[in-house]
Amino acid sequence: MEQFEVTLAGFGGQGIMTAGQLLAYSGMKAGKKVVWLPSYGPEMRGGTAYCTVVISDQNIGSPVINNPYCICVFNRPSFDKFEPRVKPNGILIVNSSLINVSSQRKDITQLLIPANDIALKAGNVKTANIIILGALIGASKVLDLKIVKEIVKEKMSKKKELLDLNLKVLKQGYDLAIEELSQKEKV
Amino acid sequence: MEQDTKTIFSRPEALRDTVTHYCPGCTHGITHRIVAEVLDSLGVREKTLGVAPVGCSVFIYNYIDTDFLEAPHGRAPALATGFKRLRPDMVVFTYQGDGDLASIGMAEIIHAANRGEKITVIFINNAIYGMTGGQMAPTTISGQVTTTCPFGRDIAQTGYPIRMVELLSALGTPMYLERVTVNSPQQIIKTKRAIKKAFQYQLEGRCFSLVEVLSTCPTNWGLIPLEATKWLEDNMIPNYPLGCFKTPDDAESNHGTV
Amino acid sequence: MLFGAASTGKRVFTTSSSPGISLMQEAISYMAGAQLPVVIVNIMRGGPGLGGILPAQSDYFQSTKGGGHGDYRLLVLAPSSIQEAVDLMMLSFHLADKYRNPVMMIGDGMIGQMMEPVEFPDKYEEPELPPKTWAATGAKGRPAHIIKSLFLDPIALDKNSWILHEKYERMKKEEIRFELYNHSPKNEIMLIAYGTMARICQTAIDALKQEGISIGLFRPITLFPFPEKQIYKEATKENIRELLVVEMSTAQMFEDVERAVYGKKKVNFFGRTGGIVPPPEEVMEHVKMLLNKKSKDKKKA
Ligand SMILES: Cc1ncc(C[n+]2csc(CCOP(=O)(O)OP(=O)(O)O)c2C)c(N)n1
Ligand code: SF4
Repeated sequence: MEQFEVTLAGFGGQGIMTAGQLLAYSGMKAGKKVVWLPSYGPEMRGGTAYCTVVISDQNIGSPVINNPYCICVFNRPSFDKFEPRVKPNGILIVNSSLINVSSQRKDITQLLIPANDIALKAGNVKTANIIILGALIGASKVLDLKIVKEIVKEKMSKKKELLDLNLKVLKQGYDLAIEELSQKEKV
Repeated sequence: MEQDTKTIFSRPEALRDTVTHYCPGCTHGITHRIVAEVLDSLGVREKTLGVAPVGCSVFIYNYIDTDFLEAPHGRAPALATGFKRLRPDMVVFTYQGDGDLASIGMAEIIHAANRGEKITVIFINNAIYGMTGGQMAPTTISGQVTTTCPFGRDIAQTGYPIRMVELLSALGTPMYLERVTVNSPQQIIKTKRAIKKAFQYQLEGRCFSLVEVLSTCPTNWGLIPLEATKWLEDNMIPNYPLGCFKTPDDAESNHGTV
Repeated sequence: MLFGAASTGKRVFTTSSSPGISLMQEAISYMAGAQLPVVIVNIMRGGPGLGGILPAQSDYFQSTKGGGHGDYRLLVLAPSSIQEAVDLMMLSFHLADKYRNPVMMIGDGMIGQMMEPVEFPDKYEEPELPPKTWAATGAKGRPAHIIKSLFLDPIALDKNSWILHEKYERMKKEEIRFELYNHSPKNEIMLIAYGTMARICQTAIDALKQEGISIGLFRPITLFPFPEKQIYKEATKENIRELLVVEMSTAQMFEDVERAVYGKKKVNFFGRTGGIVPPPEEVMEHVKMLLNKKSKDKKKA
């Protein structure tokens, strides 16, 4: 496998770091090399928080990735900051519940996922990060969804209801991404 | 018509017209404003030097429009001493958090107070380290949960919360010490009175003065601003009684004969 | 606190980030003088003064050249991955005891915050160490142990300084650690970098390889003792024309590299500070600039 890189970006409190960690643990479980690198910086209060996850078969060199293959943006400031940085032929996943613009770039695949709306409908807005995680897996196929499910079970098993909800929305995000992709191919 | 309108409320001259970086509901902003209003009312803005601490309020120099020094962590009273001794004509104040003043800067504050430096110290007690993400401070109250005492502060391990004004009031040197808070309009007025007095004593060349302001840190207390104010009332005030603890008019207080 | 704790003879460590480490310099000097084994971790942030809070490598001089007052050195280790940080952490305690000297491990905000999978050895087998006959355990049936750094008698202080010096010379012989990456007789340029910066250089090297450019990396793992001779040996190989030191500081290790190569090869520098971690692309750009400059020089000649 080529090296897979993803940056997840949003407000502090949107579960960016958790989603990134779940992905990293999943990569580890799949026997890959992984790096998870957070960036809180001085923007801790109210600004953008982001993390980068690298998954690879080989040893991972630089944890700093300027132009990752995949970027998931959870809010408008991170859209503005990161949209131009997606690697050509890469994937941009936009939380369209909170971002009312979309990328005009022709050299990337863009998925608009109304994560907050889906999460609200499912019963807990805090699961928006898991929906995006699902969409990320669906769109990139970087890992088997099964492995991610196992990790979600391992790490979030404290509250049974919440776990079930998370597993449900993970699949929802995954399916939505696949559906969107297949529609794009038709067009 | 125009003659009838009268400005009764405006931004103090000593407060810059800018957005602060403080979290919603944080009381640093209120105290900044009070300091600015007092500097205005005494007409000393242009001859004032502030000393900024390390902590959330390190950026006070972006908000209060006077000259400023940025001190190493806890050392503000030492910098203030050096400056004031060479420029006794200027008004010198420090603005310090409880991590800054009562932990790493304990030695500096005690000796500055004991030497009777003619400076004014605004001491913000929010019972936690704000800037670094909510670690235990010497002022954290018994049982209070922070990131470094996740099961609540255990006084058997870490001692009792330090009451700074009580501690300093044991010194023989004449000084002005008062503890106030900013949880209500009434208390804000009292705080303004205390801070004004603290600067006046300096202007009269009389004594060291310190005003401890019980403050909130909603972010690291994990409370919404209203709950934080309530928490301050229920938990901090009982531990940190409000009031004036010492004035230079007290006779060589509680130090016996020298 | 560390001083007191170490005096019990137990293994102790502390950790902080640059300004806190500056504050500890007084005690570090005392502990080096009193020959106490302690481990200190510094996750460096930008300075001087309050500086910033993002990753930096700007405490190189402070760590390797002393930091506090007096004739002393710390043994300084610089991991470039979390696994290596784990491994070197175990080694640190061993080396501290072996030399009765403070050991400092330095990393930057990347190493401090990054998560990577790590493996802990099932069993840790440590070479035997001499018993800690110097520890303060209560003077029962033996003369009192006084753990101190004060030697008012110049002869005694001179003697202590040379005892310390002898340890540092022994470290230079026995403890130098480094790693070579992509070394080949085709390389014209050798990068020198440590910690996070070295990883970034590795990615740059891999990417350059795909473009048909081969360069190597020398990564010091011990910063004191510094692998001077080893750098000299690599740098003076015929195929190497120039060196490029890459740091997140304004050329600190650069000075040690210059000293190591003794003017035999040109040493260039590239660095960023303030918490800016240069991405591989910037390193590549610099390498290409050096290569272009050289081909121009060749043409001129
Ligand atoms: C020597 C040194 N040690 C530690 C730090 C890290 N540090 C920055 S702010 C802070 C705590 C400040 O807390 P407090 O004084 O209570 O102010 P608040 O942020 O709550 O307003 C610490 C420990 C530093 N900058 N320098
Ligand atoms: S962290 Fe606390 S003290 Fe700092 S600005 Fe926020 S509420 Fe105020």
